[in-house]
Amino acid sequence: MNQLEIRDLWASIDGETILKGVNLVVPKGQVHALMGPNGAGKSTLGKILAGDPEYTVERGDILLDGENILELSPDERARKGLFLAFQYPVEVPGVTIANFLRMALQARLGREVGVAEFWAKVKKALELLDWDEAYLSRYLNEGFSGGEKKRNEILQLLVLEPTYAVLDETDSGLDIDALKVVARGVNAMRGPSFGALVITHYQRLLNYIVPDRVHVMMDGKVVAEGGPELALELEAKGYEWLREQVKEGA
Amino acid sequence: MSEVDLKTLGEEYKYHFVDEVKPVFVAERGLTRRVIEAISYHKGEPEWMLKFRLRALEIFQKKPMPTWGPDLSGLDLDNLVYYVKPAETRDAKSWEEIPEEIRRTYERLGIPEAERKVLAGVGAQYDSEMVYHRVREELERQGVIFVAIEEGMKKYEDLFKEYFAKVVPPEDNKFAALNSAAWSGGSFVYIPPGVKVELPLQAYFRVNTPEFGQFERTLIIVDEGAEVHYIEGCTAPMYSTESLHTGVIEIVVKRGARSRYTTIQNWSTNMYNLVTQRALVYGDAFHEWLDGNLGSKVTMKYPSSYLLEPGARTEILSIAFAKTGQHQDTGAKIILGAPHTSGTIVSKSISKGEGRASYRGLVKVLEGARGAKANVECDALLIDPESRTDTYPYIEIEEDTAHVGHEATVSKINDEQIFYLQTRGLKEDEAAALIVRGFIEPIAKELPLEYAVELNRLIELEMEGSVG
Ligand SMILES: Nc1ncnc2c1ncn2[C@@H]1O[C@H](COP(=O)(O)OP(=O)(O)O)[C@@H](O)[C@H]1O
Ligand SMILES: [Mg+2]
Repeated sequence: MNQLEIRDLWASIDGETILKGVNLVVPKGQVHALMGPNGAGKSTLGKILAGDPEYTVERGDILLDGENILELSPDERARKGLFLAFQYPVEVPGVTIANFLRMALQARLGREVGVAEFWAKVKKALELLDWDEAYLSRYLNEGFSGGEKKRNEILQLLVLEPTYAVLDETDSGLDIDALKVVARGVNAMRGPSFGALVITHYQRLLNYIVPDRVHVMMDGKVVAEGGPELALELEAKGYEWLREQVKEGA
Repeated sequence: MSEVDLKTLGEEYKYHFVDEVKPVFVAERGLTRRVIEAISYHKGEPEWMLKFRLRALEIFQKKPMPTWGPDLSGLDLDNLVYYVKPAETRDAKSWEEIPEEIRRTYERLGIPEAERKVLAGVGAQYDSEMVYHRVREELERQGVIFVAIEEGMKKYEDLFKEYFAKVVPPEDNKFAALNSAAWSGGSFVYIPPGVKVELPLQAYFRVNTPEFGQFERTLIIVDEGAEVHYIEGCTAPMYSTESLHTGVIEIVVKRGARSRYTTIQNWSTNMYNLVTQRALVYGDAFHEWLDGNLGSKVTMKYPSSYLLEPGARTEILSIAFAKTGQHQDTGAKIILGAPHTSGTIVSKSISKGEGRASYRGLVKVLEGARGAKANVECDALLIDPESRTDTYPYIEIEEDTAHVGHEATVSKINDEQIFYLQTRGLKEDEAAALIVRGFIEPIAKELPLEYAVELNRLIELEMEGSVG
């Protein structure tokens, strides 16, 4: 029961069906990778897990530690410990990271969080990410480079300490140093009470965040699963190879 | 420190309470020569002031109602009471001297406490009269004057006469004429050369009588190199009938001086709030208007700065929040009348429900104002599909070397922002309130901390249960 489970999930947007029966399980304590070509539906899956009202879920279930969360609002899901690091984090002008993050932490913990407690937590996270304190008084993602936005997502991950996190292409657009920093953040979270689904297009990130399992998504379905070696094989042979395999198997 | 008057802001308007105050004199309804003579009599004014009032009355009667702005048809000028004298004591120097019922109101509003903690001086007006004025002693010793305008007129007549109605003459507009005829209460402030008043001076306006018009008049003279921050706050109980608040604020900022005038207006939503605020700014001086308009039924208010000598600068920052049944017609006016003068206008409005917020502004550069610079930014945020905003930006440039920029944006609360914040655990209305707070942050951060906190609290109240 201690797992994030997606069961036969079908979903559409603007009348177009994007997810066509996704089945996937991430047990607590494990980090899984979700790979797949552009347009496969990875981001769609992430947003639906988080409760994006833009999408319509047509069929299936999402179970968080056995509890069906499909009817819950995004904030209720977040307070239950689900976190999505966005592929394209949104800018919120005029709202400082410090202010926002403290509100979010209070929401997550369901109690007031004193300034001292908050700072202690944030400081630790900043150190791990090798990030300057000055960022806290910047407005949320406003004018941030792609890399800064991604780092900010990981900062939130570290401070909010969710039980399950979906990281959507947190590696894309990062140079190797930034990539290592992001990986350091995620690896710091690893442990028996944390599960993650790391969405990535490339194998590169998985050198730094070694996954317990790899799932591959194509055309709205998980079409292959395996150990970390599957990522390497995909890297070497390409998604077309897998597509052929899937066809032959069918 | 949340005890300041801004506490009164909010959807659940907390200061609906009617005070149990029995006035000592109430004028008959309508604005007539007789009423004006009665006002003048009760104030024991010099003859020249009565003449001035009667001249203003004629101007008021001749000028048509303005039709270029909000709908004023609900305002029945003949049915209003123009003068209510709340008590025999006037402009007391200690709260103990004030009749208990009136004092209790200010205590409920947290004014005496704010005075002890964060203010350099406080003035309190109740209906038509200032009932209290006090400035810290060390400032008094430095020659700072902060008294009721009536006392200013009598005690400092020469200084008063030099500036009174010179910044805003009665001919300026119909409501300036109305105020000139019926004015009562307001502050007279003089800051001597070089004196820097660090903490703000605050005036607090309370209306209690229904169908009443409050016509305070404030005159502030900031002498060369001096500094002051003046804050004005207002509340009134909610009656079923309309009331009127028509103030005139005149400010003179002399060479090298700095001044800031902050208004946090939170009238109940049956109030017509029609105010003329103007500052004359001299060489290298700086004047700032910080204008927050949250309550009232209709507000027409365009703080203006006349930059008269080289190097004069101004900044006009305003926030308007219009809910259903409210029209906030606000803006700013800058006249750049000398070389190397500069001005900035930042206006942010939020419309919610069927509320309507309009920006109306004028930037005018006179010929010969070489190198003058002005920039206007007005941003509107719409919360609901039926919310409304308009902009009327007028720019007149007579000088080739001047530079005037203008930028206007209209945005809606963005679903992606709401979703993003929700995924971090914030409820939908908390997320919306946070976005609105972010929207006004560039202005809110200019406010003294306790006001900013209260403003944010208000925005949260206003936004509660507003989406979803
Ligand atoms: N608003 C939309 N309307 C229709 N199709 C959409 C919309 N948004 C995304 N899609 C489609 O959904 C598919 C999956 O997109 P996405 O989940 O972003 O893929 P991935 O993250 O795997 O690259 C794509 O084919 C994309 O074009
Ligand atoms: Mg994607």
